[in-house]
Amino acid sequence: MNPRMMLATTARVLGQLRHDHRSVALILVVPALLLTAVYFLFENETLPPGFPRTFDRVGLMMLAIFPFVVMFLVTSITMLRERTSGTLERLLTTPIHKADLLFGYALAFSIMAALQSLVATAVAYWVFGLDIKGGPGLVVMIAVINAVLGVALGLLCSAFARTEFQAVQFMPVVVVPQILLCGLFVARDRMNDVLEAISNVLPLTFSVDALQEIAGNAEATSAMWQDAAVMVGIVLVVLVLASLTLRRRTS
Amino acid sequence: MSHLARDKTKPRGHAASPATAGTAAVEAVALHISRGRTRILRGLDFSIGNGRITGLLGPSGSGKTTLMRGIVGVQKITSGSISVLGQPAGAPSLRHDVGYVTQSPSVYPDLSVEANVRYFGAMHGATAADTAEAIAAVGLEEFARQKTADLSGGQSSRVSLACALVSRPKLLVLDEPTVGLDPVLRAELWERFAAMAEAGTTLLVSSHVMEEASHCSSLLLLRDGLLLAQLSPAELAERGRSNDLERAFLHIIQEGLAAQ
Repeated sequence: MNPRMMLATTARVLGQLRHDHRSVALILVVPALLLTAVYFLFENETLPPGFPRTFDRVGLMMLAIFPFVVMFLVTSITMLRERTSGTLERLLTTPIHKADLLFGYALAFSIMAALQSLVATAVAYWVFGLDIKGGPGLVVMIAVINAVLGVALGLLCSAFARTEFQAVQFMPVVVVPQILLCGLFVARDRMNDVLEAISNVLPLTFSVDALQEIAGNAEATSAMWQDAAVMVGIVLVVLVLASLTLRRRTS
Repeated sequence: MSHLARDKTKPRGHAASPATAGTAAVEAVALHISRGRTRILRGLDFSIGNGRITGLLGPSGSGKTTLMRGIVGVQKITSGSISVLGQPAGAPSLRHDVGYVTQSPSVYPDLSVEANVRYFGAMHGATAADTAEAIAAVGLEEFARQKTADLSGGQSSRVSLACALVSRPKLLVLDEPTVGLDPVLRAELWERFAAMAEAGTTLLVSSHVMEEASHCSSLLLLRDGLLLAQLSPAELAERGRSNDLERAFLHIIQEGLAAQ
């Protein structure tokens, strides 16, 4: 790996985004708006005293799910363009290492994801008084790991799409099942065995577990770190798989 | 254009500098390339001299792009071999020395001209001065800060060329670089290629416009995946019995068909 080539790639990807004001606005503002909608959805719920608001549970999980979904979409489209426009092939004739390219992408989009989750987390805490035991820093950390997971899966899935239309179709395949089974809608221990087994191996599950650890404990628990470590491991495996789809030489 | 053909070709290989003359930049031996079930190249043997412009000419579908992809190492070879600057095509150590400009511009449309050239330059450790020089070389100084998507088709292909020039390759492979350019720009580009060859760069330029052959010191004539001939433009005019290189090429094709 070569840090100069990796950072040049990060700067290039961010430069491409910078020219696209609308996408930047969508990335930064939409999660906060959706969070607002979630807040008002549950505004009038009646709770027994001492029972946590639904917003504190669902809003928190959404803080981690947004960056995952958005970065998956943004990355798979950007990478697909790179594959179809010939720039990828051209890059692979230069001395750049595949890892420089993939980590350059991952770094660029994690910077965007960090900004996105800072905005969303700030809104959740300061505007809607999100009430959890753990600190916002850990929430942002999990959100960024989730974003990188989205980036890695997006890089991988772009290899299996020929058009942008196909790339978008991977969202229901790759993203939606993870959201359904991560414990947001139904607690995982109340799922049937098959669904629970599937949910046990889906990456997003670990981030929801980690967030629940953060919500329930003032200090970072070892279970939380373990979840985070598993996610980082999954990200690395997916990035390696993605690098296998980058061929310098085609037949 | 035919007058150009004559005076360009008298001293065949004049562009090769003494130091590199005689050594081959590219050498293909019994080269076969298939894509899927289609046999694109069917047994090519040739060598391309250092420090000169070689034209790769042939009708569309003759295998020009596949051959170029093989030389830059992005295309798997079915059998035979290509060596580039003394190493097998696609060897990692060649990545600094071989530049490739595809037919449709492979640049980032949402970046400025400068950002594109800077990015590809970064892969070769190019400086800001190298970037500026490459942009100047294709005459896009005044557009340097403009988004590539806002430029015309001809301008974008020059951005693509600048992205290859910035690494100062020893071998520059150009797939139809002059398509869609106006005559003035085309002449300017050929002048630039000639200057680069003079300075020792080896250029392989494909075209389906035969009149461009006159700018090359050596020609590879390709048809249906077979090498019809490797000759200089003067030899082409002679063998094809016409100073109109287009006609000369057609004559050679007909000759070949008659011989079969």
